[in-house]
Amino acid sequence: MSTDTYLNLVNSGVTKKIAKQLGLPRPAPLRRFRPGQPLVAGPVLVLGTGPDADAVAHLLSGTSLDDTGLESGWDLDVRRTAAPDERHAAIVLVLTEVTHPDQLAEPMLAAASVLKGLAPGARIVTVSRPATAEDGPAQAAARQGIDGVLRSLAKELRAGATANGVVVADGVPVTAPSALGALRFFLSTRSAFVDGQLLRVDSEAGSLPADWDRPLAGRVAVVTGAARGIGASIAKTLARDGATVVAVDVPAAGEQLAAVANAVRGTALQLDVTAEDAGQKILEHATTRHGRLDIVVHNAGITRDKLLANMTPEKWAPVLAVNVAAPLRINEALIESGDFTDAPRIIGLASTSGIAGNRGQTNYAASKGGVIGMVRATAPLLTAFGGTANAVAPGFIETEMTARIPALTRQVARRLNSLQQGGQPVDVAETVAFLASPQAGGVLGQTLRVCGQNMVGQ
Amino acid sequence: MASTRTGASAGTEQTSTPEGGAQIPRRALVLGGNRIPFARAGGPYAHASNQDMLTAALDGLVARYGLQGERIGTVAAGAVLKHSRDFNLTREAVLGSALSDETPAFDMQQACATGLETVVSLSNKIRLGQLDSAIAGGVDTTSDAPIAVSDRLRRALLDLSRAKTLPQKLAAAASIRPKDLAPDAPRTNEPRTGLSMGEHQAITTAQWGITREAQDEIAHASHINLAAAYEAGFFDDLVTPFRGLTRDANLRPDTTLEKLAKLRPTFGLGLDAEPTMTAGNSTPLSDGASTVLLGSDEWAAAHDLTPLASIVDAESGAVDFVHGVDGLLMAAVFAVPRLLDRNGLTLADFDYVEIHEAFAATVLTTLAAWEDEEFCRTRLGLDSAFGKVERSRLNVHGSSLAAGHPFAATGGRIVATISKELARRKAEQGTDEPVRALISICAAGGLGLTAILEAA
Repeated sequence: MSTDTYLNLVNSGVTKKIAKQLGLPRPAPLRRFRPGQPLVAGPVLVLGTGPDADAVAHLLSGTSLDDTGLESGWDLDVRRTAAPDERHAAIVLVLTEVTHPDQLAEPMLAAASVLKGLAPGARIVTVSRPATAEDGPAQAAARQGIDGVLRSLAKELRAGATANGVVVADGVPVTAPSALGALRFFLSTRSAFVDGQLLRVDSEAGSLPADWDRPLAGRVAVVTGAARGIGASIAKTLARDGATVVAVDVPAAGEQLAAVANAVRGTALQLDVTAEDAGQKILEHATTRHGRLDIVVHNAGITRDKLLANMTPEKWAPVLAVNVAAPLRINEALIESGDFTDAPRIIGLASTSGIAGNRGQTNYAASKGGVIGMVRATAPLLTAFGGTANAVAPGFIETEMTARIPALTRQVARRLNSLQQGGQPVDVAETVAFLASPQAGGVLGQTLRVCGQNMVGQ
Repeated sequence: MASTRTGASAGTEQTSTPEGGAQIPRRALVLGGNRIPFARAGGPYAHASNQDMLTAALDGLVARYGLQGERIGTVAAGAVLKHSRDFNLTREAVLGSALSDETPAFDMQQACATGLETVVSLSNKIRLGQLDSAIAGGVDTTSDAPIAVSDRLRRALLDLSRAKTLPQKLAAAASIRPKDLAPDAPRTNEPRTGLSMGEHQAITTAQWGITREAQDEIAHASHINLAAAYEAGFFDDLVTPFRGLTRDANLRPDTTLEKLAKLRPTFGLGLDAEPTMTAGNSTPLSDGASTVLLGSDEWAAAHDLTPLASIVDAESGAVDFVHGVDGLLMAAVFAVPRLLDRNGLTLADFDYVEIHEAFAATVLTTLAAWEDEEFCRTRLGLDSAFGKVERSRLNVHGSSLAAGHPFAATGGRIVATISKELARRKAEQGTDEPVRALISICAAGGLGLTAILEAA
């Protein structure tokens, strides 16, 4: 993995001072999740009016220890009015009741009054409703306006702070498991490199975990491409969250795969995912060794970059075969088996290249765009069992692959997002773990970007 | 005891379980295996120690079967070429692996039969109830082999360390001669004859009139079969890559009989008969390690593992190659008939026969001896020829000629490979009809070890 020397320089010693005087971009070191860490380290300002805002404020402030259990609250230091001299760690804007753009002024300006005093790594989360054609024009304008303000605000934040939104479908309460799950994910350090994103919650499906630090306890997860990089990190993160992990990679990567499987106390399955019977083999391994299969993370992926004008079948075909055709075939086998029915989770790995496009990556973008379409159409096939399929779209992540990008290009690529740095494999893994969790059951067919709000694409 | 068992089991369908007056021991099962690809000496494992390789083979097994932190009953492994500091090689490998540090271990050594002997010994402990689980293994490196100092230098240095006065020290040091400083590289020559194993086999090869063509055919089949197994993904759950090597380095998938025929003979050049043994039909010096996971039915069920095969019985043998008429590598020829007689079986009862390819000629002399009525009558004490092994059942996924032969690692390779094949065949067959494999491994010192496995 490559080191971001620039980030280190602008955050320490004399070079920090110089960078400040020159007005150079100063990316902040991001805080990452550790089990046992407080959810939010400081006061949380909950803005907005109405029952939804009250319900969220009540939940955030409620104690987690009383006898009604977890749902009573997250034990945070909640404030309902903006105090400009307070150092807030998070702002939650509950804007589900807006019916006209005029109503955005009050909550947004209240938030504005505390922005300069935000703690490093602060979180801003909006909770809103989607703008649809069924809304009245003014309501739709107000709702879509939140999208614009959120994405702009994310670009203004500094010191590792992020802004993200939960967009809860009409008719789904803001206290639905996935709405709360997404809110909690965005508030936590698990979402360190997720910025400027709005995640839709489309149903009340899903359930809150018994233990927020081990939401995957008792679940069996398969991770393909698990020998190295992002895949290894996903395996480790799912295991940390309580899952039993089956680490899959091609036989040639077996040595690193064994090390990953041993590190997560799971099992290694050497398998080419493009094999005709890969889905059956995965299912057989998981069910005979671990008794069940709940989560599949299609992380295995390859690149064969070439301008389309110079493209060859040898460079096109394998990229599509590994990145999207294999996940499609495996999903089909799992769904047909009848043994993938206990709130199953499928997580695909898309890419910002599949959203915004990337010169020289037509084949890769075809496959990654394909993954976005795949999860959108796969989720409805799983909802009957409380299941879902979603994808994550990583931006620039510091891996062995991106370390091979020429130095200058790499430096530029790193700065092209609101957090002005590359993400770590664990950032992708945390988002995968969230989408794999029981509380993500109402997130249906979405693609969540893990890109630090990369300038390209949506 | 043996004769009553023979009588009781002969002619019955279920011959795998010895029947006698005593309590029938429980089954010892092969549950899986793992090895690292075998490398040629001086290749990618040139700087890997026996401990490195055995640890890697163990860790791959642990990863495949989810045994992290597991307290295995006993791990037994060994190496033929071993540094004196590796007196606790297997225990050290266990401590360096992902297994529980509370897993006991011991080292074993029986030349090239080491790997199979660890399987046999541990399976017996399982059958007796002394163990519920075990890992058998073997490892060898000819690249990182121990080099010793000469005996004269060693004695002088020991005298020097014991010397108290200056004159004593000077005397000890003065006794060292320049030629004493030359290191003693390890040799695989037989100590009692001074002949290499290849030269010994060359004598046997000539004695039995084994042709060059027949040997090259065995070698060719070994490469073709091993390559086909790799292509079919058969080794995907038997082999874990190590140090960048993903397949056995010695494997030549594109080898042909024509290419093999062009090689110059390397052994038997001083014999009267025409030399027929070449580098192509003899195993190369190799580096590698293998492991086999063993357990009882109960332990397998408790760990959600599917048994592949059971270790039915084993028989070792030895020939007097120093004074007698039998070749160095012919012990298994004598052991197998005893083993089969005890179990009421004939060669025809075996779906698979694994004869370790120390040399292609070793396989062929073994088969020739069993087909030779005169030999079987006079030397094996049988009424007629022992029998014929169908070539389609012989070393079906290749053997040492293609895979290479890190001495102590070969037994584990064969046991794990054929156990998986037995389970595959049994599943394919879909009936209770037993599916059996015979394993025969020759070893230095005129030793041989043979075993019967049956699909679980």
